Amino acid sequence: MEIKFWLNGKMIQAETDPDTLLLDFLREHGCYSVKRGCETANCGLCTVLLEDKPVLSCSLLAARADGKKVVTLEGMQAEAEEFGEFLANEGAEQCGFCNPGFLMNVFAMLKELKDPTEEQINEYLAGNLCRCSGFMGQTRSILKFLESKKTGKEEAKGQ
Amino acid sequence: MLKIKEYVKVKDLEEAYQLNQKKSACVLGGMVWLKMGNRNVSTAIDLSGLSLDTIEETEEEFRIGAMTSLRTLETDERIHAWTNGAVKESLKHIVGVQFRNCATVGGSIFGRFGFSDVLTMFLALDSYAELYKGGIIPMEQFAAKKRDRDILVRIIIKKKPVKAVYLSQRNSSTDFPVLTCAAGVEEQGIRVAIGARPAKAVLVKDREGILNGFSQMDAAQKEAAAEAFAAFAAETVATGSNMRASAQYRTLLVKALVKRALKQAGGVDSGN
Amino acid sequence: MKYVNQPMQKKDAKALVTGQPVYTDDLAPKDCLIVKVLRSPHAHALIQEIKTEAAQKVPGIVCILTYKDVPQQRFTFAGQTYPELSPYDRLILDQRVRFVGDAVAIVAGETEKAVDNAMKIIKVKYQVLEAVLDFHEAKDNPVVIHPEDNWLAQVPVGGDNHRNLCASRVESKGDVDQVLESCRYTVDRTYHTKANQQAMMETFRAYTYLDHFGRLNVVASTQVPFHVRRILGRALGIGASNVRVIKPRIGGGFGAKQTSVAEVYPAIVTLKTKRPAKMVFSRYESQICSSPRHEMEVRVRLGADEEGNLKAIDIYTLSNTGAFGEHGPTTVGLSGHKPLGLYRDYEAYRFSYDVVYTNRMSAGAYRGYGATQGIFAVESAIDELAELMHMDPVKFREKNLTKEGGRFIGYDGSPWVTSCTLDKCLERAKEMIGWDEKYPRREMGNGKVRAVGAALAMQGSAIAGVDVGGASIKLGEDGSYSLGLGATDMGTGCDTILSQMAADVLETDFDNVVAWGVDTDVSPYDSGSYASATTYVTGMAVARACEELREKIKELGASMLELSPEEVDFDGKEVYQLEGEKKVSLEAIAVKGTCGNNASLQASATASSKISPPPFMAAAVEIEVDQETGSVSILDYAAVVDCGTPINPNLARVQTEGGLAQGIGMALYEDIQYNAKGQMRNNSFMQYKIPSRQDVGKIRVEFAPSYEKSHPFGAKSIGEIVINTPCPAIANAVYNAVGVRIREMPITPEKVLMGILEKS
Repeated sequence: MEIKFWLNGKMIQAETDPDTLLLDFLREHGCYSVKRGCETANCGLCTVLLEDKPVLSCSLLAARADGKKVVTLEGMQAEAEEFGEFLANEGAEQCGFCNPGFLMNVFAMLKELKDPTEEQINEYLAGNLCRCSGFMGQTRSILKFLESKKTGKEEAKGQ
Repeated sequence: MLKIKEYVKVKDLEEAYQLNQKKSACVLGGMVWLKMGNRNVSTAIDLSGLSLDTIEETEEEFRIGAMTSLRTLETDERIHAWTNGAVKESLKHIVGVQFRNCATVGGSIFGRFGFSDVLTMFLALDSYAELYKGGIIPMEQFAAKKRDRDILVRIIIKKKPVKAVYLSQRNSSTDFPVLTCAAGVEEQGIRVAIGARPAKAVLVKDREGILNGFSQMDAAQKEAAAEAFAAFAAETVATGSNMRASAQYRTLLVKALVKRALKQAGGVDSGN
Repeated sequence: MKYVNQPMQKKDAKALVTGQPVYTDDLAPKDCLIVKVLRSPHAHALIQEIKTEAAQKVPGIVCILTYKDVPQQRFTFAGQTYPELSPYDRLILDQRVRFVGDAVAIVAGETEKAVDNAMKIIKVKYQVLEAVLDFHEAKDNPVVIHPEDNWLAQVPVGGDNHRNLCASRVESKGDVDQVLESCRYTVDRTYHTKANQQAMMETFRAYTYLDHFGRLNVVASTQVPFHVRRILGRALGIGASNVRVIKPRIGGGFGAKQTSVAEVYPAIVTLKTKRPAKMVFSRYESQICSSPRHEMEVRVRLGADEEGNLKAIDIYTLSNTGAFGEHGPTTVGLSGHKPLGLYRDYEAYRFSYDVVYTNRMSAGAYRGYGATQGIFAVESAIDELAELMHMDPVKFREKNLTKEGGRFIGYDGSPWVTSCTLDKCLERAKEMIGWDEKYPRREMGNGKVRAVGAALAMQGSAIAGVDVGGASIKLGEDGSYSLGLGATDMGTGCDTILSQMAADVLETDFDNVVAWGVDTDVSPYDSGSYASATTYVTGMAVARACEELREKIKELGASMLELSPEEVDFDGKEVYQLEGEKKVSLEAIAVKGTCGNNASLQASATASSKISPPPFMAAAVEIEVDQETGSVSILDYAAVVDCGTPINPNLARVQTEGGLAQGIGMALYEDIQYNAKGQMRNNSFMQYKIPSRQDVGKIRVEFAPSYEKSHPFGAKSIGEIVINTPCPAIANAVYNAVGVRIREMPITPEKVLMGILEKS
């Protein structure tokens, strides 16, 4: 079957099987940031944005993206570099394999929650597993990123 | 691996119903569960074009479309307020936000899974399943019904004032529950549901009238009634063993959680 | 030191945070064959007949291999220095299958769908045999798991395949029974840990192809490229010289990838078909047929005198190596030697063990490597002993712990305690948690109780006299350096910390050092990243190579200045005359190196160590127990580590936090279960619950660095020790909370609640 959808801002039109998962479709179309960590919708590595909402691309048929807007980390490189700097400053990127899915959900969280507490962060990102970092460094990087946004805004206001 | 031969985004419920009469056809929910199986599906029926992904509120009820994601339900302020946060509590431990953006209310209820937080919660509310052919039936009746080829269209919650509480015990925070417990205290009566026994959720019938007049009781009476009903529930609710816990432990949890839920719903304490 | 002990960003950080395609499966050729393995549904069986004809005919199927198609020379998957202590007990495919999930056939095809279809129609007739599933019944069981004549132990480790024995040994000092008898206080307890999965996010995977010389090239997510080269050379019968192994970025290892779990399958397909081939383990396979921790049962007997002096330690470990012996003879040693190193001045000890074969998945290497199991046992027993004496368990530890300058008694890695701040670690951990105010428990109302627990840990830094670190360094034409490494960064950041060391020795900018590796054709030999070796021995090699290159730069610079090397020095930027004005820049020397030059501007060095100086650690945890449900939640986990000089404090901290979270998973959540047929039931992340960020509580880490003189920067290891404290510290806290002693991991709410009820 043929599907058409917006992938990282570009309209893409392709033939696909009805049972092709979005995850596999995306990797076949060059979005290698999208990783598979399990087969049971538990790890969050394959998180992408569908209509601005974080979803598990391992659990969605590519067919379901038809007519919709899909964003992967390939489409958010500037944001990835900006936030990634904070993550790397903690050394919390570690092996990096869970980073793309984690970043996508962080971006979704920051859009949805204006000034999340540590507890809200842990709740929102609970579906993003990481076996390297023990999570603490990830949380530090988010809090410092939020802090920098705030100070940045205050500085901007002062000008 | 899930195999699908044909994928149809249906135009209306009738088309969905007709296609679904073939045994090898399958209505797609959020697919988080479906795709793990080794099923060969001849026709995958996608309802996502039928605007069933929203929650409507009327004077009498909340009408939750079957394709509403668990996350949409969880973040719905109206339902949150109506159920004192109980619905949100029943959803927030389910794996993660991304998972709940995929999984649908219809899929969760239609599956009648033993581990279902969602079914446990709805059983404790005055809620109904709206079926395309079967009409509107009480949730308890739907839960007990065998799976058939009908189409689940909506879940309906009647807006009777309710003090709702949801509690679950989990071995880790995003795991399947070891036991779920929901209580809905209404003027007319009380519903207590126990799920993840590990079998499908059931309502604990107050055959001995232990909770009669619960809302009017004072704190000490409520506490005594909660304890008595908890003991009754532990005796009457059948539990079993699986990887996560033994029947014996689950029965202890029935007692602990029912007591806490009733105390909390009765405003005796926070339930912790 | 400009860069050592600084929180430098990882060199590969930008690629990793922006999701660049740098991992094995991102790099595999698009047209490579997809390889999968058909697996045994039986725990123990002989293949009577295997029919592949129909499967061969599935469109797109290129190659199906059975036990009839593979070399008959046994080998081990264990990535260890030759001669491996693990027995040669495997074939690529064997007629005898030894656990549920053992390989039965290899199927390769053009697409995954074709391979899946073919796998379904391969017909296998099994003669199902009785299986040995309980490791208590394995030794001398009439059912023999490895009856084969060509089972081979290259090194005598006390094994005997006809007795299901992979290894066994007894060692002792003094008469432990006699000393124990003379002790006022003794405990005798048995502890059990299960075969936990490392559960790195990237599963096992490799792809293979033949190069223009016809050699087998292997791109693999491995911690041990040089060992994989040797293992494949033997397993495939082509010799190591015909194998080249390349390691790209790796999505985590934790020891799992110190075993060659996946590589052989695409490799044999490539040899047979001459085509590129790829195998990516599913999470299911990663759970049921891989290389988890050795299940161990550790019996501990301890004795102390009236004053609370530890007098004797007796440890017996029964270790379950599963169907094959990977890392069996070696992991078990750490279950005794590491805990024995934590305490001083005891009069006698005995350490004995049996490592047995069973019809379960083969075990392997997992962070901690036996020390985790032994330390859980001994650090629990220490609390049980202190309880008997009505003594604060922390006081007991303060009285008996190992101190710098002392002699190790039962630790095999070093005769002397060359560097140690364990006392300071414990003191600080105590302060951080508020031990004196909180020990042992506080009632919180509503059935909740809070309590604290503590534990000590150590590990080693490389295998003494065995592990080899390698480094090469060369000066490029533009004045930049490239650092060649055979150690394997698996996310830990070793490419970065070794570059920090190089930059400091060379007195150059951190950004002026490029690290690369690993490619066995061009990288210097290194045993690989395991056994807590990289910072220590590879760090030594890096410093040596860089020192040597400095001398070469000085020599060439001096000759350019027409001076002798003794008359000049090098400050990283220039070679200058000691007494006089002449100087030449590094850039000029670098250019000279490429023009009319006979002096090499590269150096390589190798390092090994006769001692394995242990890092030390103390941890204290505060938990809350719900006495009506048995739930245990972690409120605060305070850990203080002596890893010598932390080369990169950020990365050392994250190593610690990550190791603690894994340890917390082992202590509270990760519950390996087998059914009666020998199937591992935790075959997904749905059924094997590693901790999420809501499950680990608050983790706080500090450092109390000693200075290890045998290392150029005073460093010891950090990677493994950090997983060792959670099991005992949390078990001790649970006891302090509700008086229930859990001696089998994990501590589930059910065990706690049942314990509370039994007690009352």
